[in-house]
Amino acid sequence: MAQVGYSKKVMEHFMNPRNVGVIENPDGYGKVGNPVCGDLMEIFIKVKDDIITDIKFKTFGCGSAIATSSMVTEMAKGKHIDEAMKITRSDVADELEGLPPHKMHCSNLAADALHEAIKDYKNKKKK
Amino acid sequence: MDKIYLDYASGMPVDPRVFDFAKPYLMEKFGNPSSLYNDGVEAKTALEEAREKIAKFINAEDAKTIVFTGCATESNNLAIRGTALRNISLGKQVLASAIEHISVLNCMKDLQKNGFIFNIIPVDPFGFIDLKKLEEMVTKNTTVVSIMYANNEIGTIQPIKEISEIVHKKGNYLHVDAVAAAGRIPIDVQKDEIDLLTLSSNDLYGPKGAGALYVRQGVKIQPILFGGGQEKGLRSGTENIFAIAGMGEAAKIAMKDMKNESSRLQKIRDKLISEITKIEQTYLTGHPVKRLPHHASFRFSHIEGESILLNMDMYGIQVATGSACSHKTLEPSHVLLAIGLKHEEAHGSMVITLGKSNNINQVPVIVKAVKETVNRLRALSPLVK
Repeated sequence: MAQVGYSKKVMEHFMNPRNVGVIENPDGYGKVGNPVCGDLMEIFIKVKDDIITDIKFKTFGCGSAIATSSMVTEMAKGKHIDEAMKITRSDVADELEGLPPHKMHCSNLAADALHEAIKDYKNKKKK
Repeated sequence: MDKIYLDYASGMPVDPRVFDFAKPYLMEKFGNPSSLYNDGVEAKTALEEAREKIAKFINAEDAKTIVFTGCATESNNLAIRGTALRNISLGKQVLASAIEHISVLNCMKDLQKNGFIFNIIPVDPFGFIDLKKLEEMVTKNTTVVSIMYANNEIGTIQPIKEISEIVHKKGNYLHVDAVAAAGRIPIDVQKDEIDLLTLSSNDLYGPKGAGALYVRQGVKIQPILFGGGQEKGLRSGTENIFAIAGMGEAAKIAMKDMKNESSRLQKIRDKLISEITKIEQTYLTGHPVKRLPHHASFRFSHIEGESILLNMDMYGIQVATGSACSHKTLEPSHVLLAIGLKHEEAHGSMVITLGKSNNINQVPVIVKAVKETVNRLRALSPLVK
């Protein structure tokens, strides 16, 4: 059957998003999108020995924006930062059993937010 | 969980009385109205009876003024394109308000590509046409001005009589898209001096597949579809008798039921508006009083409309939004931008349009779901500090 609308997995993550919230004094922080476009994501990470030990997000946006944020936090938690950097937008979409084509670009920023948070962590570590 | 449907502007069921009336035209009375034998005459009679019912519904001067089409989009295209091309000797300017239906705006944009001048009339924060601007913009070269009777996204009802006076003082023809208004408030094309008016069957509890265009006697337009010359040459193609007969009956029923039904829905609407606007940073869009009786529209700060729609659906409550993310174009509603909302504000909209299945007892259930939805999404939102 042709898939119409969101997959069950997207709706499940939209309704029960994992790792919602903020981390005070995070080791890394990433923010992408902007409210004018309709999507804004923030990701906070705690890192120990280059392993992501905790991760939280806050998202303003549509169903897929919230679901991809939730999914990326689940995918990244417990991973080495080098592994987490390899998570792509399409990996996130695949884990969610696909996104509608017109949502692939605009609402699939979660991997970017994660990468920003990891870069922020690396920059802080250099100092 | 009982479903609560709150999106009558997007889709309506066919009224069972309409279906009973029109059903024979699918199988038993299948004749083509162009045929001269008995079955053809039967179909032709159904067509002309429907025409009379539609004429009565909008107080048209004569049933001959009604042209049946396939849908409201087609009626809008026929009105605009047909008038602009037929009256090109008068001038090449066309005007529409900034909050018109996309079928009006895109039709005018296409005319613009073909050498016409298309200008947009701005609206105020309630969605009322800027009458001063309209007066400045209309010239003797303006062939057609298109203004909707009432807006589908914000519910605001335009002062059509004043608009028609301005248009006729300086320009030529006024087209009114009455799809959202018809069946909710009375429409009188003679009193308002309207030249062309669009109606839709499926917004009157009629079947999908029929629309109508009122063309005032004396107004010259040309067809946009060419062929066998049905509908006095203005709409070639075999008539969809089932849908047209249904539309006529739907209009007849709407005339009879409108007063009671609209006042019943208005009470539900008013209760919803007063309860929902109690939620922090929640605002009514459109005018609080001069709005369609079945229409309540809102915006919520810091959250996004598609999420609102999906979350409400989890409660079995179906609403609409003007958010970018719910549209294929990914642009926020042009109506909400035109009334002066910022992009981030326009994203957080929710539209409720009431109909037959709704009752006052649903209000607390709806309000509770809206509150919980807003709270949940705000808890996720980085914009709430």
